[in-house]
Amino acid sequence: MLDFSRAQRLTTFIGLAIMIALAIPSFFPQSAREKWPSWVPKPAINLGLDLAGGSYLLLEGDTSGVAGARLEQMKEQVRTEMRRDPRIEIGDISVQGGKVTFMVRDPSKVDAAREKLLAITGSGVGTTGQREWDIAVVNTSQFVLTPTSVGLNQKLEEAMNDAREIVDKRINALGTLEPTVIREGSSRIVVQVPGLQNPTQLKELLGKTAKLEFKLVDTSVTPEMIAQGQIPPGSQVLPYQEGGGQIAVFRSVIIDGGMLVNATQSFDQQGRPDVAITLDGAGSKRFAKVTQENSGKPFAIIVDNTVISAPNINEPILGGSATISGGFTVDTANQLAIALRSGKLPIQLKVVSENTVSPELGADSIKAGVTASIIAIVAVIVFMILTYGRFGIYSTIAVTINVLIILAVMGMLNATLTLPGIAGFVLTIGTAVDANVLINERIREERRRGRNVTQAIELGYKEASRTIFEANVTHAIAGLIMLILGSGPIRGFAVVLLIGIVSSVFTAVVFTRMLVSIWVRRNRPTDIHI
Amino acid sequence: MRLLKIVPDNTNIGFVRVRHIAFAVTTLLTIAAIALVFARGLNMGVDFVGGVSIEEKFVSPPPLDEVRETVNHLGLGEATLQQLGNNNMVTVRLPVPESNDANAVNAMVEKVKVALAAKFPGAEFSNYSTVSGKVSDELIFNGVLAVLLAIIGIAIFSWLRYEWQFGISTAVAIIHDVLMTLGFFALTQFVFDLNIVAAVLTIIGYSINDKMVIDDRIRENMRKYRKMGMSELIDLSVNETLPRTVMTSVTIMLALGALLIFGGHVLRGFTAAMMLGIVVGTYSSVYVSSSLLITLGLKPGVREEKPSAATGAERVGPREGR
Repeated sequence: MLDFSRAQRLTTFIGLAIMIALAIPSFFPQSAREKWPSWVPKPAINLGLDLAGGSYLLLEGDTSGVAGARLEQMKEQVRTEMRRDPRIEIGDISVQGGKVTFMVRDPSKVDAAREKLLAITGSGVGTTGQREWDIAVVNTSQFVLTPTSVGLNQKLEEAMNDAREIVDKRINALGTLEPTVIREGSSRIVVQVPGLQNPTQLKELLGKTAKLEFKLVDTSVTPEMIAQGQIPPGSQVLPYQEGGGQIAVFRSVIIDGGMLVNATQSFDQQGRPDVAITLDGAGSKRFAKVTQENSGKPFAIIVDNTVISAPNINEPILGGSATISGGFTVDTANQLAIALRSGKLPIQLKVVSENTVSPELGADSIKAGVTASIIAIVAVIVFMILTYGRFGIYSTIAVTINVLIILAVMGMLNATLTLPGIAGFVLTIGTAVDANVLINERIREERRRGRNVTQAIELGYKEASRTIFEANVTHAIAGLIMLILGSGPIRGFAVVLLIGIVSSVFTAVVFTRMLVSIWVRRNRPTDIHI
Repeated sequence: MRLLKIVPDNTNIGFVRVRHIAFAVTTLLTIAAIALVFARGLNMGVDFVGGVSIEEKFVSPPPLDEVRETVNHLGLGEATLQQLGNNNMVTVRLPVPESNDANAVNAMVEKVKVALAAKFPGAEFSNYSTVSGKVSDELIFNGVLAVLLAIIGIAIFSWLRYEWQFGISTAVAIIHDVLMTLGFFALTQFVFDLNIVAAVLTIIGYSINDKMVIDDRIRENMRKYRKMGMSELIDLSVNETLPRTVMTSVTIMLALGALLIFGGHVLRGFTAAMMLGIVVGTYSSVYVSSSLLITLGLKPGVREEKPSAATGAERVGPREGR
């Protein structure tokens, strides 16, 4: 039991040395770590918002909205598809009870219609190859399209993934913040922004759908006509932000958000904030053509169905860049720019939970936590050495290394330390101490029974190791269940716990035994103080 | 160097002898804890009930009545107040505003901040959180499920590794620990939130360790001393592991004590729960789970007598030990 080969000792010491080295970066603040040369590995633990201060938002996607939009979209798709050559006359197309239904006027064309539908309702999805829509024909000529749950889930999954990306982009565009944006479950997104104290701006940004359109203003419509509701069929009335009230515009879109390449906040000649946009090739061409043909007439810049401004076209705009002005402040202009360039959210997001911790409180928690931990560790060390002498020293080395290993592993996993994580930490130190206590007490016991030093140590380790194993496996079962089932904080707790269990068993059972064996071999003690 | 010994060598405390009294006391305490939970209820944090919670730091402990009045005048709903830490901290809890506007909560928090800062110069906002009812229900469900499944998983493991009696006694002891902790929270009205669930899980973890160590020793001794009576054997096992039980508890208590005194108000409820859990967990390992093994009819050497496991009771008498 006490024999370790040179190679075993070397491997253990080198391995532990590496782990300790990897734990070091976590003790330095981020600002210090950034100054280190880039080749130095610097895995570090992130501090949770409850410790660092900042804002946490839990967003939930509106799943029923996605389902509804999908049905409407299918309705439109069916219409377009049936109009295409060879044209099939349909009637009574409607969305009802989560289904799209329509009638084929000529019953002999049912098969042809089915062919067309097969092409637009998606091939198989997922591993089972299930279809996205079920197609059924009732009463010889009525089609019923039902979205399958597989197809719907896939759409939802796509929408949530896109939404996550867009949210990420929008927050990043706010500047110096370092947000974490992660998906949670099927329809949720967790947003964590360290240092942010007032999430109002953030939430406003998230609510923005920012659909950009340019349309020509219908100057033939007077305010009186709008008031009386006399609107020509090719026009529509939209709210007008800059001018107040409403304005009539032609329905056809000159430019839409899809042709946008970039949008940034800038200033006009009078120093007023505006938004500069750049269009892609096709967009530039169309914009040039329309502005040439409509010189002198006003056009409307529409964001989310509100006319932001309606400037006159003084001269053709050829370069593919334009500005949107509309009585902005720097902040609102900046937000519009962000909202424009990060596109439209594919799913509506709602804030369902929110937590903001001031950096002061976070700093207080950290300071208190660190002070308390140092005092706790010193107390435990003194107590262990007083109780077990030399073996107590080995145990404290083991427990200390154990703490460093957990830090290193958490750093490598890029894990986040939160208050519950600290609980996991305390418990791990507890079990690590316990493993050492078990061994030491067992050695004491064997000595009392009259065994010689080597025998007592060997037996002590052997018997205690079994107990430690039993206890920790049980403990790990609990940890695994929490990891699988738990949400946020409980999960963090479980991660720390599981790492701690493995490392505490190793340091207590293998590492201390090695230290003891080295000492026993060198000194051949005839009695031990334990 | 003379080493410190908290527990003298070769103790021989009759733990099992007093088990009936211990059971009675434990049962009473557990019932009291449950009654407390139902009667007083837990001071659930916003994690579990939903709502808005705003924490404000004052220069000196403010008169709660005035704070309440200030907040209630804003017409945001009934405010619940609680002082924290050195009483300079006050948590203001309000219902979630009934509005679909994403910024309703922010507006509300802003109003409270401004009103309090105006009325009490130097008052500073320190944090706020809001949880919708739907999410809080889910959090409760997940928390309870995690605790229950952990208990069941552990019971099954103990049963497979040892005997079914160990499984049951461990599960009973852990349920006892959890109930006592809940009772403690009902009594003290510390805020019960997700962090505390983590603390409860910690207690379960510690308690398991404790029980496994003692159970393991009982099993070891069952093989070693086949002729020994069960109560004697359990006493012996508990006494043998007593130095370890006390040593470990004391070290963890030292660590938690430091956290309780120096850890700041955020960690206070959490640390208090864990300290209580250590005491309760140690007690239940010694007095509840081990003694329960006798009540459940565990007998030495049962495993080795496979063919007659059902009538094992008669076979305990004189046997050839080693």
